[in-house]
Amino acid sequence: MTLYGIFFYLISAVVIAATAVAVTRENLLHAVVYLIISFFGTAMLFYLFGAPLLAALEVIIYAGAIMVLFLFVVMMISSRPSGEALFPPRQFLPAVFFCLLYLLVAAAMAVQTPGLNAPLQTLTASPRLFATYVFKYHWFSIEVISMLLLVAAIGALNLGTAGRPGVKKDVPEQPEKPPTGSNPGAQVSGRTED
Amino acid sequence: MIAPFSHVLIVAGILFALGAFCAVVRRNLIMIVLGIEIMLNAASIVFVAASLHLNNLDGQSFVLFILAVAATEVSVGLAIIVYAFRRTGSFDPRNFNLLR
Repeated sequence: MTLYGIFFYLISAVVIAATAVAVTRENLLHAVVYLIISFFGTAMLFYLFGAPLLAALEVIIYAGAIMVLFLFVVMMISSRPSGEALFPPRQFLPAVFFCLLYLLVAAAMAVQTPGLNAPLQTLTASPRLFATYVFKYHWFSIEVISMLLLVAAIGALNLGTAGRPGVKKDVPEQPEKPPTGSNPGAQVSGRTED
Repeated sequence: MIAPFSHVLIVAGILFALGAFCAVVRRNLIMIVLGIEIMLNAASIVFVAASLHLNNLDGQSFVLFILAVAATEVSVGLAIIVYAFRRTGSFDPRNFNLLR
């Protein structure tokens, strides 16, 4: 076994262990931090497989942006413990059964298929080569993805401001609010006059 | 010489099964979205390894798109979760079985 092989098995053991710990945590904060460890390990795997640009993007976007977004939401919202029943058996047992069945079949297929047992060679796609390839053959998908990100940003902004009472909203909500707000005031003032 | 491609497939399969397990079993909206993230991550590991196995850069390009789709999904999903939490005050998916 070469040095790269030892690296691969070590990193994948760390990734699987960190993910398994993250899945079973009750505290959401701990789960997110363990998943950050798992995504760092995935970035190392990408580097090992010869994709340095994707390794950097994995650290920046997954471990940096997405997980920090999760951390923000968890810290902003769930200040108290959720009281979640961890692993109710009605969902736990079928899920374990199907996951193990799937893993057995997948492992058997991966081992038995003939062309898959040749060891991977170490090759590196430099960022320049990769970027040239992407913008030569997949430029239209890049444009579609950028539009998708723009639409998602607008949608998230709209959803984030939707539930607030103080934010100016669409027309049909406004006539409803003043009567509900003025009715208690009118009753209170009527009682004080009585 | 790193490792056989089948071993990479098995590692990614274990990760995918963990993600599916997390998305199915946990009774928490945030953990469900985290499980989906784990599954996307396992898929991107297979894409990069297959790109090395087949000597073709298309796999790495697809991982780029998976990253963008994951970022999109997380931003919209977390916005929906925050909105639902403001309306009902809980993360339990049992409280969100009404379509209004």
